[in-house]
Amino acid sequence: MATSPRATQQKFEPWTDPDAKPYVRIEKVTKKFGDFIAVDDVSLSIYKKEIFCLLGASGCGKTTLLRILAGFERPTSGRIFIDGVDMTSIPPYERPVNMMFQSYAIFPHMTVEQNVAFGLKQERLQKGEIESRVTDMLNLVKLGQFAKRKPHQLSGGQRQRVALARSLVKKPKLLLLDEPLAALDKKLREHTQFELINIQETLGVTFVVVTHDQEEAMTLSTRIGLMNHGEIVQVGTPSEIYEYPNSRFVSEFIGSVNTFEGRLVEDEPSYVRIGCDDLEAPIYVDHGVSSAPGATVWAAIRPEKITISREKPDATDNWASAVVQDIAYMGDMSIYLLRLDSGKVVRVTQPNIYRHAEDRITWEERVYLQWYPESPVVVTK
Amino acid sequence: MKSVLRRLGLDGRSVVTAVPYLWLLLFFLIPFVIVLKISFSTSQIAMPPYEPLLHWAGDKVLQIKLNLGNFAFLVEDNLYWKAYLNSIWVASVSTFFCLLLGYPIAYAIARSNPSARNILMLLIVLPFWTSFLLRVYAWIGILKNNGLLNNFLIWIGAIDQPIQMLQTDFAVYIGIVYSYLPFMILPLYANLEKMDLTLLEAAADLGCRPWQGFMKITLPLSLPGVRAGCLLVFIPAVGEFVIPSLLGDPGMLMIGKVLWTEFFNNRDWPVASAVAIVLLLFLVVPMMYFQRAQDAEAGGVHR
Repeated sequence: MATSPRATQQKFEPWTDPDAKPYVRIEKVTKKFGDFIAVDDVSLSIYKKEIFCLLGASGCGKTTLLRILAGFERPTSGRIFIDGVDMTSIPPYERPVNMMFQSYAIFPHMTVEQNVAFGLKQERLQKGEIESRVTDMLNLVKLGQFAKRKPHQLSGGQRQRVALARSLVKKPKLLLLDEPLAALDKKLREHTQFELINIQETLGVTFVVVTHDQEEAMTLSTRIGLMNHGEIVQVGTPSEIYEYPNSRFVSEFIGSVNTFEGRLVEDEPSYVRIGCDDLEAPIYVDHGVSSAPGATVWAAIRPEKITISREKPDATDNWASAVVQDIAYMGDMSIYLLRLDSGKVVRVTQPNIYRHAEDRITWEERVYLQWYPESPVVVTK
Repeated sequence: MKSVLRRLGLDGRSVVTAVPYLWLLLFFLIPFVIVLKISFSTSQIAMPPYEPLLHWAGDKVLQIKLNLGNFAFLVEDNLYWKAYLNSIWVASVSTFFCLLLGYPIAYAIARSNPSARNILMLLIVLPFWTSFLLRVYAWIGILKNNGLLNNFLIWIGAIDQPIQMLQTDFAVYIGIVYSYLPFMILPLYANLEKMDLTLLEAAADLGCRPWQGFMKITLPLSLPGVRAGCLLVFIPAVGEFVIPSLLGDPGMLMIGKVLWTEFFNNRDWPVASAVAIVLLLFLVVPMMYFQRAQDAEAGGVHR
């Protein structure tokens, strides 16, 4: 434990180690409610000390999957293993798992202290041990002086920390968090995100977080499992999901993106060229694609990976001309909406490096877009 | 209309809020003062059958004659004490059984399918569509010696001779529990129905088996409903007159019956009024307790 959290975090990639044993294993889990398939044949491996985010729009099955891990729902088929033990039919009160509810579910008739001590009393621990663990936990979440308060005397952020303390004090093998920050305002949310990471690193508990907020998923997680219609669409680190989406759905769900539909005109192992009806020049990408020549593919380019200039570029690939349709000045950057001659609107963001650029690109101006061969991602579905 | 009100210094809002005060003044405070006044007067054979409290003695002297004897009489004659204690006992036992029956019923309805809930609650309230008196009379038909229940028990061979059920305490308890059960169920249901069920999931998550979750979460949170239901049953049951006189033993001492006898048979209005005042005091104590508990609750839960 001599290494700083930062140093360990940089090397923390157990999923790349073929010998590492997953801590939580979800095997082919399906959950049906009547005819509705909430979770569809999901298999996942989550490693010890990870913060794994289940990300998706509402109704994608992420909360159902979390409730299956907690034991509130039984999977229709499939199995759940935690630390090597089959948990599929173990009731929630016997699982080494705790959950932080979206509504926090703090007991209104108990003080902060009693709420936090509740789970320990259920374990019939000694009074002295309960007291010291509750005190330590309340200090960790900075609620020490609120121990005797009733829940209604607390602010939203304090309640969130009571819920966190109550679920962490039992030292669960796995902590499940259902939209942990959704009820907080934006400032508090950002602050709490980092606090959550600190607490997780201090205690070394494995977190599974459900969220619909991609920004939250990006900052919190070691890995993200993106869900859609009950299925896991892609699993990867935040940067993998952002830079190497495996489908149009993923690229469009995370951040904003410009997607160009086209055909493979040149298909080599080390590069591809894509002909695209919306662009004058082909798109040249410096990686191979496993798809038949002539097949329809999509090139996804993030707005920040496109540059704008007034001069027509002297290149055969990777450029387009457009007219400035709209500009949004955001302070740190500006968003440009550029209309191609085909009518397609491309979104480009540029950092505002200079405080006052007198010769800024302005509305209705003709500009040229350019990007690097490594910027686009080609997806085939 | 508007201008008349304005000339009196009233606006619409104060008129609306005045209605409950006016109601309470007319139908509670004024009758209460009259009864209180009679309880301090002396009985006489006249019309009305009591002496006035204020007496103009002439020579600029207004005499007030307060007769404390009526209250002293209640203390001296142990009939009254027995009647009060018995009434409170009967009301307490009935309240206990109402709670014992009403809690599971309210709980089951509150946790049932939302579409079934309204129908079940309708069935609980349905008996109110028939007169209370008729329903108590119906129990005579069920409980009497050659009534429905005895005939049924003889028919299945459980007993040879009919059991004396009518005109016993048992019949009074049956009557009170049956009549007042909806008053227990309604506030309990309202309380249990609005409970946040994720609290029970949280309890299970923290290691509670379902029955522990009930004992530690559901039950404490439903206490305001339990208190409201118990008072709604207990208070009218203490002064109950119809049920013990129709179903109970004629010798059964209930304060409601004593009051009736004093008033109509003995024509002793002052003593009857004193009985009523003391009964009211007995009821005010639990009511104040209820109010205080509710205030504490309101201080505890901000809406």
